[in-house]
Amino acid sequence: MIEARGLTKYYGKKLAVDQLSFTVRPGVVTGFLGPNGSGKSTTMRMVMGLDNPQAGTVTVNGRPFHELSWPLRQVGALLEAKAIHPGRSARNHLLMLAATNRIAAARVEEMLDRVGLTDVGNQRAGKFSLGMGQRLGIAAALLGDPGVLLFDEPVNGLDPDGIRWVRNLLRGLAKEGRTVFVSSHLMSEMALTADEVVVIGRGRLIAQMPVSELTASSAGASVTLRSPAGAGLRAALEGAGASVLEEPDGALSVRGMPASAIGDLAARCGFTLHELSPHAATLEEAFMELTEDSIDYRGTNAFATTSQGGPR
Amino acid sequence: MTTATIESQARATAALPAGHYSIPDLLKSEWIKLRSVRSTIWSFVIVVVLGVGIGILATTESRANWPHGGDLGFQPIRTSLIGVDAAQLVIGVLGVLVVTGEYGTGTIRATFSAAPRRPLVLVAKTAVFTVVALIASEVVAFLSFFLGQAMLTAPAPHATLSSPGAVRAVVGSGLYICAIGLLGLGLGVLIRHTAGAIGALVGVLLILPLIIAALPSSIINAVQRYEPLQIGKVMITVPPRIIQGRILGPHGVVKHVVIHAGGTFTFSPWVGFGVLCGYAVGLLLVGTVLLVRRDA
Repeated sequence: MIEARGLTKYYGKKLAVDQLSFTVRPGVVTGFLGPNGSGKSTTMRMVMGLDNPQAGTVTVNGRPFHELSWPLRQVGALLEAKAIHPGRSARNHLLMLAATNRIAAARVEEMLDRVGLTDVGNQRAGKFSLGMGQRLGIAAALLGDPGVLLFDEPVNGLDPDGIRWVRNLLRGLAKEGRTVFVSSHLMSEMALTADEVVVIGRGRLIAQMPVSELTASSAGASVTLRSPAGAGLRAALEGAGASVLEEPDGALSVRGMPASAIGDLAARCGFTLHELSPHAATLEEAFMELTEDSIDYRGTNAFATTSQGGPR
Repeated sequence: MTTATIESQARATAALPAGHYSIPDLLKSEWIKLRSVRSTIWSFVIVVVLGVGIGILATTESRANWPHGGDLGFQPIRTSLIGVDAAQLVIGVLGVLVVTGEYGTGTIRATFSAAPRRPLVLVAKTAVFTVVALIASEVVAFLSFFLGQAMLTAPAPHATLSSPGAVRAVVGSGLYICAIGLLGLGLGVLIRHTAGAIGALVGVLLILPLIIAALPSSIINAVQRYEPLQIGKVMITVPPRIIQGRILGPHGVVKHVVIHAGGTFTFSPWVGFGVLCGYAVGLLLVGTVLLVRRDA
């Protein structure tokens, strides 16, 4: 369980995180979404006690991070790819971390094996590709078998196979009852991985809700209707405040009204329905809509793109 | 999601060992860190090779040109320990790198994620570095002394460990080199960037003395004794017993001389060493405060 309350962080005069409060529960994957520079990485560093907030608190399992008795056994984190001395081998990197929390050397071998780095364990990490560095970071996060895990952009630099491996890993960890908090700019990936999302923009909380609720409530969500009573039904729906578009094949696409309300209205007015099918918005559509006003770094051609991970 | 939630309650909270992570765990970790980077090990080798090598060169040269003009105040101990100057510079840089290397590569964030009580980490890091640096430094001092004295065959005078002041000079030289390493480590904690911290180290050791030397002599006499390099010079020097008698002077003149060694404006060896340790401790204390307050 991670609980942030009123978390506020300035870098100089720039407000990076603004009175941010959220809760990350165990047993589910919680996605952490926001445009570039919205404060995701800063927030994660504050959870890990690396950056000090100017105001507010964040606790892990009810305690501030620096009070944990065995931090590595309680919280694992992948915060930046290749936070490793290039002259040190992967094995020694894990061994030096394991030593701090009295974790057995056998566990290091186990983790190297789990992320597929056993063969290159004695190679200097400076020779690693971004993807291998990412795997080593994941091994470090899992080293202490912790109940709480944070991943900042874990699939950066991974090939499709690696991305699927991470997705299954995250879902598996949550299924074991762990708290899994993962930031990403890849919406399609988060839609597949996350159960819940925390969305922030300009350091502020925009929404925390289940992914299903977010996509259903988005303006991008619509309901497709087919009915022999086309025009009458359309008038009734518009009268009730929905926006209706007629599609080329005669179907009606309704926005701004959930399927259940449409069904009720049709029944009340005596219209026959042949089809009533809701379409959720994609997570990307819902995300763009939520964060429209809070994008700091926008492409010059007005089309906001969320391409790379946030700045360090 | 529902099943996951149910299972989450089923997962036994991983049993944590009693107690909490502490200094011995961090000492072990820092020891792994120190020995697992090849460049660190090579740097220690360079400290020894350079320190001892320069001492051997100096003593060999003195013997080859014996007797020469300089034999008036020839100091066999000091000559054999002259490599201390080079060794201290390399070990100071090594002290810097032990800290800044961790910041530069981001390893520091992995370290603090595993052990968030930062002062404890610094204590462990300083302890491990001190032990290894002290061993390397004393190896430099003793090897330089013994090999250097072996070069000084008759008629050149040579010293043994039982010569007056020899043990102080040799053991003290090792301590001095090690203290400069700690100075580097302290600067590393303070400055965090390799280039900046090495710049500061070189500035304090080599450039500051040049600036001071350009000042009026009243100021020089008051300030120079505080320079680490001066403290080092005193440490490697044994005030020779007052030499009296016939000595071959520079122009073949036989003179009757009395030579006093050791300047009036220097600290005595151990007071100087105390001042030097004071610098290192001061830097580390300020460093600890900043370490806690700054973002990693």
